[in-house]
Amino acid sequence: MSTHTLSVLVENSPGVLARVAGLFSRRAYNIDSLAVGPTENPDISRMTIVINVESHSLEQVIRQLDKLVNVIHIAELKLEESVQAELLLVKISATSKNKFDVDAVLETYGASIVDEDSESLTVEATGDAAKISDLLSALERFGIRELAQSGLVAIERGSSSLADRTLSTQSIPTADSGQADYQN
Amino acid sequence: MSKKMSGAKSLVQSLEHAGVDVMFGIPGGAILPAYDPIFDSSIRHILVRHEQGAGHAATGYAQVTGRVGVCIATSGPGATNLVTPLADAAMDSVPLVAITGQVPSAAIGTDAFQEADIRGITMPFTKHNYLITDPQEIPRAIAEAFYIASSGRPGPVLVDIAKDALQKETDFNWPQHLSLPGYRPQVEPENQAIKDAAALIAQSAKPVFYVGGGVIKANASKELMQLAELVGAPVVTTLMALGSFPDSHPQHYGMPGMHGTVGAVTALQKADLLITLGARFDDRVTGKLSTFAVNAKVIHADIDPAEIGKNRFADVPVVGDLKHTIAALIPAVKEEFAKGRADLSPWLTAMNKLRATYPLGYDLPKDGSLSPQYVIERISALTGPEAIYVAGVGQHQMWAAQFVKYENPRTWLNSGGLGTMGYAVPAAMGAKVGAPDTTVWAIDGDGCFQMTNQELVTCALNNIPIKVAIINNESLGMVRQWQTLFYEGRYSNTNLESKRVPDFVKLADAMGCVGLTCERPEDVDAIIKQANSINDQPVVVDFRVFRDAMVWPMVAAGTSNDDIKIAREMAPDWDSQEL
Repeated sequence: MSTHTLSVLVENSPGVLARVAGLFSRRAYNIDSLAVGPTENPDISRMTIVINVESHSLEQVIRQLDKLVNVIHIAELKLEESVQAELLLVKISATSKNKFDVDAVLETYGASIVDEDSESLTVEATGDAAKISDLLSALERFGIRELAQSGLVAIERGSSSLADRTLSTQSIPTADSGQADYQN
Repeated sequence: MSKKMSGAKSLVQSLEHAGVDVMFGIPGGAILPAYDPIFDSSIRHILVRHEQGAGHAATGYAQVTGRVGVCIATSGPGATNLVTPLADAAMDSVPLVAITGQVPSAAIGTDAFQEADIRGITMPFTKHNYLITDPQEIPRAIAEAFYIASSGRPGPVLVDIAKDALQKETDFNWPQHLSLPGYRPQVEPENQAIKDAAALIAQSAKPVFYVGGGVIKANASKELMQLAELVGAPVVTTLMALGSFPDSHPQHYGMPGMHGTVGAVTALQKADLLITLGARFDDRVTGKLSTFAVNAKVIHADIDPAEIGKNRFADVPVVGDLKHTIAALIPAVKEEFAKGRADLSPWLTAMNKLRATYPLGYDLPKDGSLSPQYVIERISALTGPEAIYVAGVGQHQMWAAQFVKYENPRTWLNSGGLGTMGYAVPAAMGAKVGAPDTTVWAIDGDGCFQMTNQELVTCALNNIPIKVAIINNESLGMVRQWQTLFYEGRYSNTNLESKRVPDFVKLADAMGCVGLTCERPEDVDAIIKQANSINDQPVVVDFRVFRDAMVWPMVAAGTSNDDIKIAREMAPDWDSQEL
């Protein structure tokens, strides 16, 4: 078993998330995380899916996903060929007494304070899974009150874009009228 | 070019543009606006008695004609009654388009009367589906639905349309082009794959053609015959492929799998190469997967890339339409053979000997009662291979697969993947609509028949004269067989008592059909001839058969094909075979 990051370009249409989630569930594939968002093209959304599977079933996952009509393109983003990040928002117990210690930790991890009151601080950080996990360990001693974490998002390194390479404007002629015959 | 009309009219015009000549359905509240223009349409609408019947009828029509079958139902229960036939069509790769009415768009999500999220429900077993709330989208959705259903690996597509979208005024514009960036079925196989496959075929000393339903879907029987005769290897045809290669051909070894012939099962088990064409290594064929054809390399040709390597590793995957793939293989194999090929004669000698030693057969009941296998064998012999045979699911289905002689594609219809009891009567109805000049026999069980027989009313009223042979063993026979074999004969809830109730002759009569009954072997031929002579009414024959007949050979579920039994506790005599 190993972890793989898939970048999946889908049509921005209703129900597409349900189709993808349903496929994973009924084919018994485990999703570690899933993040969906817009892309540079308003007709297309990008799903970043992290899965933990055997390599032969990774091929199956990709082929099954590709059968969904709304799925336009799937690429596996290897760690070394992509930039990958998660977003962490964490609320920790902090007072004026330990604020100095907290600041030191945040500086190490490039995290910032986005909200505070007399009893707590809310910290925002981005980074790969290892960095986020290390930051959380470091913050544990202050007392974690609440945390929210996004799924992983990833993008290929370099100047090319997935959409440029995959979006052809191939059109399929339909029968003009009458007895359209779509059989071979 | 565009014309003003209601969404409902736009729907019906779209269906006409898509080439629909017949559809099966039942109206109801949400779909009601569509039924007004249907009244004036050139499309023949057949009013069924249950939406499940509409779905299976559309499947039967599609399987026989190769065209897209169409069914139509209202929202809520009308739509959910289509769930079984849609799942059935997905498993057997049948091109269907289902149209359902949905509650008005403003009511969606409010648990309105007759509301069901049919798009959500059918996502797992439709190739694609739509929920349309804007009437402008109707023509494009219908055009896409027909294209998706019938291209690539065929399958069912559902178009759910909100009632207000049917009622509103819209412009009708039949799209000249479709844009489906995420849907690009690969038709032409890659040259390298064809070359690799041909090379493997030339090297193989023990090749077998493992032929699935894809060959029928691709209309590739002629190409298959050429390739098979060129290679000279045994041909096994799965349950979905019967008729794709003639039973009478000397290379034909019959059906593999749980109830396959010893010859077909063993050919696959002992092969060094499986030339897999449009088959999917289903568990009913492979038995315990880890022990299936362990010494064989695999060429796997299919139009669906997701089938490649799903159950069994493919040494040479070939993605493409089988008609193109097989046509491309023929010259490639000839070229390889010109360089030399392995000698098949020891393999063919051994396999032919095995096939001759273990032909399909059955024992006549010792009490002189009617043998179900005999009935089916006689129906086939007296009706011939030009007829269409449709089965339900269970013992009678397996006997119909084993004892009807198939010579032509699209003459054998059954629910192979989903195993839907009740498939036969409505599917036979659809088959007869698609092939009105062909004799259609539904070979059904007494259990199956009692699930969907109401469509005989539809047949009687619409001049669809099908013939139904009820193989009445007054049991859920296949379940009973498993109880005999694996549950010490504890027959929990498999006794249907259907030799007592219902009276199938009266039931047939009440539904406007001719009802006949047959209990004695000596009457079988005369009654089949009588049934075959009636062509103005549906006919139902109650064949009251021996209850304890069992389907053999059998590979018990989850066991290895090496453990095939030709009768209870009786394995083939492997030691005398040299393989």
